[in-house]
Amino acid sequence: MDVRHKIIRRAVQEIEDGMNVNLGIGMPTLLANEIPPEYSVLLQSENGLLGIGPYPDEEHVDPDLINAGKETVTAVQGASYFDSAESFAMIRGGHIDLAILGGMEVSEKGDLANWMIPGKMIKGMGGAMDLVNGAKRVVVIMEHVNKYGESKIKKDCTLPLTGQKVVHRLITDLAVFDFNEEGMVLTELQEGTTIKEVQEKTEAGFSVSPQLMSNQQ
Amino acid sequence: MSKGKVIDSFEKAIDDIHDGATIIVGGFGLCGIPEKAILALRDKGVKDLTIVSNNCGVDDWGLGLLLANKQIKKMISSYVGENKIFERQFLSGELEVELVPQGTLAERIRAGGAGIPAFYTATGVGTPIAEGKELKEFDGKTYLLEKAIVGDFALVKAWKGDWLGNLVYDKTARNFNPLAAMAGKVTIAEVEEIVGAGELNPDHIHTPSIYVQRVLAGELYEKRIERRTVIQA
Repeated sequence: MDVRHKIIRRAVQEIEDGMNVNLGIGMPTLLANEIPPEYSVLLQSENGLLGIGPYPDEEHVDPDLINAGKETVTAVQGASYFDSAESFAMIRGGHIDLAILGGMEVSEKGDLANWMIPGKMIKGMGGAMDLVNGAKRVVVIMEHVNKYGESKIKKDCTLPLTGQKVVHRLITDLAVFDFNEEGMVLTELQEGTTIKEVQEKTEAGFSVSPQLMSNQQ
Repeated sequence: MSKGKVIDSFEKAIDDIHDGATIIVGGFGLCGIPEKAILALRDKGVKDLTIVSNNCGVDDWGLGLLLANKQIKKMISSYVGENKIFERQFLSGELEVELVPQGTLAERIRAGGAGIPAFYTATGVGTPIAEGKELKEFDGKTYLLEKAIVGDFALVKAWKGDWLGNLVYDKTARNFNPLAAMAGKVTIAEVEEIVGAGELNPDHIHTPSIYVQRVLAGELYEKRIERRTVIQA
C-alpha cells in the first residue's frame, strides 16, 4: 500500500458522524471521498461554504462555486454560504469540530510548520494559522520522513511556525502520536511497523503509551 | 424615481482613483472579483497602488493585470502563490508584500468598516506574524493585537444590485466582497444585473446600500476558473 493511502485510511477514522470538518488543501482534501456515506458530516471551505459536495459534472461547473483550493465544487443539501469574516468567525470561535491539515514539520511540543521554506518564494499562509488556533481539534497528516529519509518530526521545528503547541494528533505512514501535557506519545503503529523503526526514524523525543507497549509484548 | 447611485461607465466610476491610493478588492482567487473595474483601472494606468485583496489574480487576469502593468506598489494578501509576475517583482524588490493570515485579513477589513481600530486574536502567536505586535493574555491564553484596514476605495462584485446600491452575491463569489464594501471610504460595486429599488427582497440583501457609493452593471462576465475540476462521467 502506498504511503499516502496508508495515511488517508487512518486519518478518515478521525471523522465522526455529525461533525463540522475543515480539510486542508492537498492530501487532506482526498479524505472527503473516504467519509462513510451514511455519515452526516459537513465540510467547511474557508472561502465561504459549509457543506462542500463532490466535484461537478461538466454541465454543472459553476465559476461562482469553488473550494478553498480554487477547484470547482458542488454544495450538499443543507449547505450554507457566507462571507469570509463569518467563515473565520466559525473557525476562530471554536465551532469547527476538527481540522485536518498537511505538515512540513511537527515538533515534540506540538508546534506545526507548514507554510514557508526560507529562501524559497513565500506563497502565504492562507487560512492555516487561523485554523490551527481556532478549530476544536487539530490533526496533522504527513509522511514520517522527507525524500532524503530525514525525520519530519523534530525536537524543534527548523521552519517558521504556523502555530505553537496547536497539534492534538499526528498521523504518519508509520505511526500515530498524541500531544498532551507530558509531551508527545506514540499511541498506534501502522501495519508492518515496529516501535524500534519509529524510534529510529523520529528525531523528536516521545513516550510510548502503556497500552501500545502491552499490545507489543 | 432617480437612478440613485447608478453610474453609466466604468471609466467614470473609477475616475477619482488616484496614484498612491489604497484599494480593497473583493474576490477569492478569480471567484467574485470585480473584473470590469480592474480592467478600467489598468486602462487608467494609476500607479503606486496599495491593494488589499486575499489573492493577486493570475498572470493575465484579475489583479495580475495591474501587476503586469507595474501599477501596484504594495500587496496585502493571505496567499499569492498563483502568479509568476508577482514572484518576479517581489524578488526584484519592486513590489512590497504584507502577508496576513486569511481570517485576520477578513477581520481587519470588517473591523475597518465597523469602526473598530484593532482587535486581539490567537492567530499567529509564536510565528513570524507576531513580530513587533503587542501580546496580551486573556484567561490564561496569549493573543496578539491586529489593526483594522480602511481603504480609500473598495471595488466589489455582486450578482445583483439595485439603484441604491443594495447588493446580493452568488454562492462562494461572496467571500471578501461584503467586507470590502464596508471598509471602503468610496465603494464601487459592479453587478451582473441592476434592478430598481424595491425589486430585491429586503430580507435577502447581503450588503445594505449604506456601504455603497456607486453601482453599475458590467456586461458579459468572463468569470474565469482557476482549477476546473469535474467528476469523470
